[in-house]
Amino acid sequence: MSKQPETRIAKRFKKLQDEGRPGFVTFTTAGDPDLETSVRILNGLADAGADLIEIGVPFSDPMADGPAIQASSLRAIKGGMSLRKTLGIVADYRKKDDETPIVLMGYYNPIYIYGVDVFLADAKKAGVDGLIVVDLPPEEEAELCLPALDAGINFIYLTAPTTTDARLPRVLEHASGFVYFVSITGITGTRSAVTADVAGHVGRIRAKTDLPVAVGFGIRTPEQAAEIASVADAAVVGSALVDQITANLDDNGKPGPGTVDAVLGLVKSLAEGVRGARKTEKAS
Amino acid sequence: MTKLNTFRSGVDETGHFGIYGGRFVAETLMPLILDVEKAWEEARHDDDFWAEFDYLMKHYVGRPSPLYFAERLTEQFGGAKVYFKRDELNHTGAHKINNTIGQILLARRMGKKRIIAETGAGQHGVATATVCALFGMPCVVYMGETDVERQKPNVFRMRLLGAEIVPVTAGTGTLKDAMNEALRDWVANVEETFYIIGTAAGPHPYPAMVRDFQCIIGNETREQMQEMEGRLPDTLVAAIGGGSNAIGLFHPFLDDDSVNIIGVEAAGHGIESGEHCASLNGGRPGVLHGNRTYLLQDEDGQIKDGYSISAGLDYPGIGPEHAWLRDIGRVEYVSATDVEALEAFKLCTAKEGIIPALEPCHALAYVSKIAPDLPKDHLIVMNMCGRGDKDIFAVAERFGFDM
Ligand SMILES: Cc1ncc(COP(=O)(O)O)c(C=O)c1O
Repeated sequence: MSKQPETRIAKRFKKLQDEGRPGFVTFTTAGDPDLETSVRILNGLADAGADLIEIGVPFSDPMADGPAIQASSLRAIKGGMSLRKTLGIVADYRKKDDETPIVLMGYYNPIYIYGVDVFLADAKKAGVDGLIVVDLPPEEEAELCLPALDAGINFIYLTAPTTTDARLPRVLEHASGFVYFVSITGITGTRSAVTADVAGHVGRIRAKTDLPVAVGFGIRTPEQAAEIASVADAAVVGSALVDQITANLDDNGKPGPGTVDAVLGLVKSLAEGVRGARKTEKAS
Repeated sequence: MTKLNTFRSGVDETGHFGIYGGRFVAETLMPLILDVEKAWEEARHDDDFWAEFDYLMKHYVGRPSPLYFAERLTEQFGGAKVYFKRDELNHTGAHKINNTIGQILLARRMGKKRIIAETGAGQHGVATATVCALFGMPCVVYMGETDVERQKPNVFRMRLLGAEIVPVTAGTGTLKDAMNEALRDWVANVEETFYIIGTAAGPHPYPAMVRDFQCIIGNETREQMQEMEGRLPDTLVAAIGGGSNAIGLFHPFLDDDSVNIIGVEAAGHGIESGEHCASLNGGRPGVLHGNRTYLLQDEDGQIKDGYSISAGLDYPGIGPEHAWLRDIGRVEYVSATDVEALEAFKLCTAKEGIIPALEPCHALAYVSKIAPDLPKDHLIVMNMCGRGDKDIFAVAERFGFDM
């Protein structure tokens, strides 16, 4: 394993471990449905129970995402959101909360166009702790993963049900922060995993790393979140939150007055679900 | 031009042509991509694989396609001798079938049970649906909603051939979105599905593999030109969408210094108008659809839609090998507008009795610019990579003809 940048992520997982409970991770897209609303949602996430915050960086061609997150990405781009502005949102957020870890999730091209070195410097300065870049597998680690580790930012690898035991060590070689297990072979927001299968895969991963394992893709309800969290270190919910935003848009695509409360209300009940989950002991 | 011992060494072991190419895909797909690479490595060294490919090329596709001396156009231009490599005479009417035959042979070899594809003009979709009928495999074709509307005859052809057409409304409903959707399908159905990509782009090994299948165009041209003129051609010209017909013609000649090689991108309403799909002439390097290459994009790295009268060229990217060949200067990349392509369409139809697809019309438009000033013993080969049946509706509309 390569060197592990010390970020808010490790501290947060340590705290969760001390409390003996799994964590709850939210995903929303920067600038969705508009800048102001997305910032209000972001500002309320930690109080509503998010232990770690993933912020989606909108991209025109989100290949691994289903219709909900695709649409949220396009709404954000239409409203003028960009990677630069996303970093601005993080920097503003850090003035109020310097503890909740923030992970940017997205695709490589906006970062490549921004310029990798400048981006990493700006992201570190803004208070970003980790990166999840869907289209950068370990085969392309020289692009961003290794420079990110040098810059003191965690690079979080995705593992999938298709990642065989033989391949896992390759994926985990430079993994840091936590490992994100994609619980289904599919795109976001389409179907849900069977908990027993997830437990098996999480066990495979834990056998090969000490990093925490978060599970996402397909978790929609507090019950599912509790179930999945009971077999992992954290549960991630994205599409269900984005769907709350979508459901509160009027015919002109403008968010209704209840949008922020609706999203944060769901975050609250999901977080309660996760907090109620009994965490299983680490198997290793 | 960068001087190399060879321009044909292909792709390095990490899947790159210089800085271009690569494997920028989600982890869920990565193991599958590695499987395809391994299977392709084995197949391409297997004589039996190529024997079956050659058999189908000859008896099913109708190859070799003729190398035709376009005498009346040559006369009209009054300069270089213009030859057409007539891949429009292939079964299904374009070069696309060379690639789909190759890939479905690989899919079968890998034990895959289901085929998916993306299509823009519908030519690759038809070529894929055709080989799926031939090999008895279910076929799902993703096609942008806009393209479904403007390419109705091909949509019907695919349906007749038994393919399921999925109109893509995501994004802007064009070829790039169809490719996104095909990749999403693949992520969700990894085990049994093979994705037949329609051009020399996508994650490694696709760009090199598609090129190797399409190289039959250039290899035949070499032999035929030797027979007809006793020497190599002087200039090669081909239209560029993703770049598969072009790389197929070009690649076997890359190491022949005397051969001047030109790719023609679609300039739509003109590069300066911003409405075009000339990735090399009007884009810059970025990462999309599994590879690094030149892309049409804005300053934030969001991908822009291409525009061309020709749906088959309407892709905001280009195969990574072309990006590399451009940077090292071995191939020259130019462009032709809608209007120039339509002029070439009329001219070719009137003078040669060949109704060309709008894609090669872009190549012909450029030939019409350079041929007059070249000496009479200068040999140009233009890839006539598709026939125009699919385009007559679009052309009729442009010419104000009510069908
Ligand atoms: C006749 C024809 N030519 C060219 C193209 C462009 O593709 P490529 O550049 O891969 O040859 C297409 C694509 O549909 C086509 O149908």
